[in-house]
Amino acid sequence: MAHFTKATSVKDWLNQRLAIEKVEKVMASEYWIPKNINFLWAMGMVLAITFALLLVSGIFLLMYYQPDVKDAFYSVNYTIMRDVDFGWLWRHVHGVAASVVFLIIYIHMFTGIYYGSYKKGREMIWISGMLLFVTFSAEAFSGYMLPWGQMSYWAGMVITNIFSLGGLHMDGLVEWIRGDYVPAQAFLTRFFMLHVLLLPLAIMGLIGLHFAALRLPHVNNQDGEEIDFDAESKKYLAGDKAGSKVMRFANDFMSKDMMVVGIYLIFFFYLVFFQYGFALDPVNFDPADGLKTPAHIYPEWYFLWSYEILRPFSVNIGLMAFGFAQVIFMLLPWLDRSPNAVPASRRGAFSIWFWLLLIDMIVLTAMGKLPPEGIFSTIGLVAALAFIVLWIALPFITMNEKKV
Amino acid sequence: MHNSSRRGFMGKAFGAVAGVGVVGSLVAMKKTWDPLPSVKAAGFTTLDMSIYPEGELITEKWRGKPIFVLKKTAEMIAGQTESQKARDVVVGDSHFMLAIGLCTHLGCIPGYNAAEKSFLCACHGGMFNWAGEVTKVPPPRGFDIPPFKIEGNKMILGEAGPEYQAMKDSGITL
Repeated sequence: MAHFTKATSVKDWLNQRLAIEKVEKVMASEYWIPKNINFLWAMGMVLAITFALLLVSGIFLLMYYQPDVKDAFYSVNYTIMRDVDFGWLWRHVHGVAASVVFLIIYIHMFTGIYYGSYKKGREMIWISGMLLFVTFSAEAFSGYMLPWGQMSYWAGMVITNIFSLGGLHMDGLVEWIRGDYVPAQAFLTRFFMLHVLLLPLAIMGLIGLHFAALRLPHVNNQDGEEIDFDAESKKYLAGDKAGSKVMRFANDFMSKDMMVVGIYLIFFFYLVFFQYGFALDPVNFDPADGLKTPAHIYPEWYFLWSYEILRPFSVNIGLMAFGFAQVIFMLLPWLDRSPNAVPASRRGAFSIWFWLLLIDMIVLTAMGKLPPEGIFSTIGLVAALAFIVLWIALPFITMNEKKV
Repeated sequence: MHNSSRRGFMGKAFGAVAGVGVVGSLVAMKKTWDPLPSVKAAGFTTLDMSIYPEGELITEKWRGKPIFVLKKTAEMIAGQTESQKARDVVVGDSHFMLAIGLCTHLGCIPGYNAAEKSFLCACHGGMFNWAGEVTKVPPPRGFDIPPFKIEGNKMILGEAGPEYQAMKDSGITL
């Protein structure tokens, strides 16, 4: 047994048993962050805070929500919204956070692409991040089922039908996923389980992996500089704080991080109190009706780009294009053949590729929202093809890139 | 050496026990997600085919899904193409378009435009004509026809009669 002495303080008592000082050093005060970064490096913390908001608001919603096809709609729209004191607050926080979290995820992703933060030992950060994107998507979809309104029902119908895989006609698989011929009680209860237990567990595990993946390669910086973290941290600890290229995670970096979080939270609660409507689709205020499709159905804004890649093609080609769009981001560290881990602005053709991809995804998002008619159909088709061409072109564009 | 091979054996023995457990658990988990017997048993609907007005689309319900029933007008019957005749459901003297009212793309319910005698799916823009054939992609095929059995003027949905079986065998419906 280890040797324990009479404790001199509560801290010492804990230290002997849990090594709290060591843990604090490893996790915070001697976890080193480069100094040459900007506000975009705060998005990780903004996401962590948003996830916490979703978790807390979700816990309160869970106390009154009824996962029953007869009661679900009223437990949300009547009990939670009218009966429960401040019930509206939890619902609006939950709905707005579910939408905004994707905005921040996209900013976080495109920051990573722009600065090449998926290269040279940072591949696992990228992969765990993309897995988080996938699980967050599943979490958003399963949560969207729960109010059991018209959009819930028909989104459930359309998305589960994707698993019949078009020409393969795997209707048995679709019925197995639903537990019925159409989305009904079995479907609602199992998606409720996924939303409140299995997927949040997976998300928390993946967040742990995402942070762990960051540990050895460290955070990237905005100049693409290769920093010797051992040498720079020694310099810092020796007292040359100004000369060192790194700073402590806490409190140096955290103080700036939380400043950005503060500004973000003001924006976030402005949305919650005054502009929550964008996160609550009016069509979903009609109870689910399996015999009436809403006149125009569309997913939430954050799925529109991939929906628009599915839509303009015939069913099998559409599903292949959709599948391509779902997995291709995951392969980015290997499709980008250049060894340069520097900002896109210094990478010539890649810079054009980056901005074209961003613009193309914005166009796809806009077209996904519009009805599939006339000129919008054509623009959507061109943008969907452009998305595929851009990704196929990436290895060729980056192969001949000059080393900077 | 002796010890390590003994540990190796214990590891393999545990692996075997765990493997059986994993397979058993997966079977149980898969079966738990299957549709319940009560869901499967409630899968039949009987329609009285003598009451439908001509040229009007009526929506019935079977297994939670909408069923389109359109009694064809004399004009429609006279102008039918070969492929439209193949989809025709005849009960007594009446001809019907009978179909599961879900777009064969991803399952939205197309709306019927009585003036143009055609269906438009609002989800992804697919179109069908009054006979149930697809006229504009993305849907890959015409409306699916539910299993049906004709008994006099009655039709039982969910049971496959000879007319339905013939359609299925010839590939008119899935």
